[in-house]
Amino acid sequence: MRILVIADLQQGQLAANLPALVGCANQLGGELDVLLAGESLDEAAQQACVLEGVNRVLVAEDPILGYGLAEPISQLATHLAKDYQVILAAASTTGKDFLPRTAALLDLEMLSDIIAVEGPSVFVRPIYAGNLQARMQVEGRVVATVRTSAFAACGQQASCAIEPIALPKLTSQSCLVSREQVKSDRPELGSAKLVVSGGRGLGSKEQFVLVEQLADALGAAVGASRAAVDAGFISNDHQVGQTGKIVAPELYVAVGISGAIQHLAGMKESKLIVAINKDPEAPIMQMADFALEADLFTAVPELMKALAK
Amino acid sequence: MKILVSIKRSLDYSLKPRVRADGSDVDLSNLKMAINPFCEIALEEAIRLKEQGKASEVVVVSIGPDKCEEQLRQALALGADRAILLRHDQALSSLQVAKALVAVVKEEKPNLVLMGKQAIDSDSNQSSQMLAALLGWPQATFASKVEVEADNVRVTRETDQGLEVIAAKLPMVISSDLRLNTPRFAKLPDIMKAKQKPLEKSALSEHISLALSKHQILSVALPQERKGGQKVADVAELIEKLKQARVI
Repeated sequence: MRILVIADLQQGQLAANLPALVGCANQLGGELDVLLAGESLDEAAQQACVLEGVNRVLVAEDPILGYGLAEPISQLATHLAKDYQVILAAASTTGKDFLPRTAALLDLEMLSDIIAVEGPSVFVRPIYAGNLQARMQVEGRVVATVRTSAFAACGQQASCAIEPIALPKLTSQSCLVSREQVKSDRPELGSAKLVVSGGRGLGSKEQFVLVEQLADALGAAVGASRAAVDAGFISNDHQVGQTGKIVAPELYVAVGISGAIQHLAGMKESKLIVAINKDPEAPIMQMADFALEADLFTAVPELMKALAK
Repeated sequence: MKILVSIKRSLDYSLKPRVRADGSDVDLSNLKMAINPFCEIALEEAIRLKEQGKASEVVVVSIGPDKCEEQLRQALALGADRAILLRHDQALSSLQVAKALVAVVKEEKPNLVLMGKQAIDSDSNQSSQMLAALLGWPQATFASKVEVEADNVRVTRETDQGLEVIAAKLPMVISSDLRLNTPRFAKLPDIMKAKQKPLEKSALSEHISLALSKHQILSVALPQERKGGQKVADVAELIEKLKQARVI
């Protein structure tokens, strides 16, 4: 069986989810190629070729691939697909954008967000915001996005071959106008070991800074509930939930978050959950490993003081 | 400009689904169904484009059992001009839905197709991208802002990294994210008027013959529940517990 993993890249840099994506692919047990599509990919290729289980790193460099638009990468993936029985990408906003387009061009159905591999053709995926899980059997070729937070990262290996590939003609009817990216020194939310998230309870953008300060005290990434993002406390890329990012860190601290099912869907696989909320009946207080009933505006500063000792 | 909006009948977002006793699938009997919230956002955007004078007609389409008429009437009450119901009783995969919508696009010739980015039941997030692929049209997924000037469209997209703006020319397919807009509520007089608006029903099979799905649900189950946690009295006890758990 031959497997093609299409890596997520941002401005030529490998996304942090690739080791877990390769970890998932390794469970299928086949000959695994990783496709890098973008511009200036030397460094990314060096990083990808030492991931355990990777047979070849295929490098597709073209300016049109550098914008992260769905059309050209779908054309490229479709061009390469005939050699592969399985095509995987991360269930990131990039993978969710181009892989369904690719699948349709190949006249194949697709699985979104697989969280477990039970065999070469049986996969588990969440439905209804993770309230249920469906075991799916696929007849024939498999095209799937992978929820990388559900898989362990692969190990390292001696470097494998890096092969530039000949490109078909690539086109795009849409073009990138601008990209507003928040630069941050904090860990990346999707793959961070520690996450501190804030919700409506923070009350304002100014007060949301408390969450960021606690995150910095812990060396954690910053998350948010939909309510906090809708209220403008923080940008959309911090949203954790059914339609935002799905995280599964070692520690998830929920501050002033009530815990709507759509939010729980995004964080309930965290190893340890701490909730700080003044409402003891909030759903998140029922499911947290450690629930602290307190006013967050006194508890969070106290917590930071204690951590500083 | 004519806009086509797809409407999926799905479980009301506030309800939890049950599993059939034999674990073979989801049990939705006697549960309240509604327009999938993301489809409602797509519809709202279409109606606003019409109110701004940028669209001339908003057509809604649903594929599913006869009961989808409830959601289509709701869409008409919200402001759609016309509805199409393609009757089909079995569940469809996203690819099958996209193929069915291709048939509708060929008949209706819309300039823009607006869809929800995902349905809150299957959570697949595939149909709009697949439809764009099959039509050979550009796509803009996860839209949080849509600007239309004649044939030129600019879409602000929500990505894992933040926001980006892409531009394309009509015709195209756009999928809505949560923050695109806040849908209105239907007013009573509009609900009454919606009963008179045109709703065309036909069998899906009259429009397209679909190949069988290669995906099969083997079983549906509840995920492993987290054990209920414990209350901690104060910050000092919380710190103690986190140290014991070796996370700090």
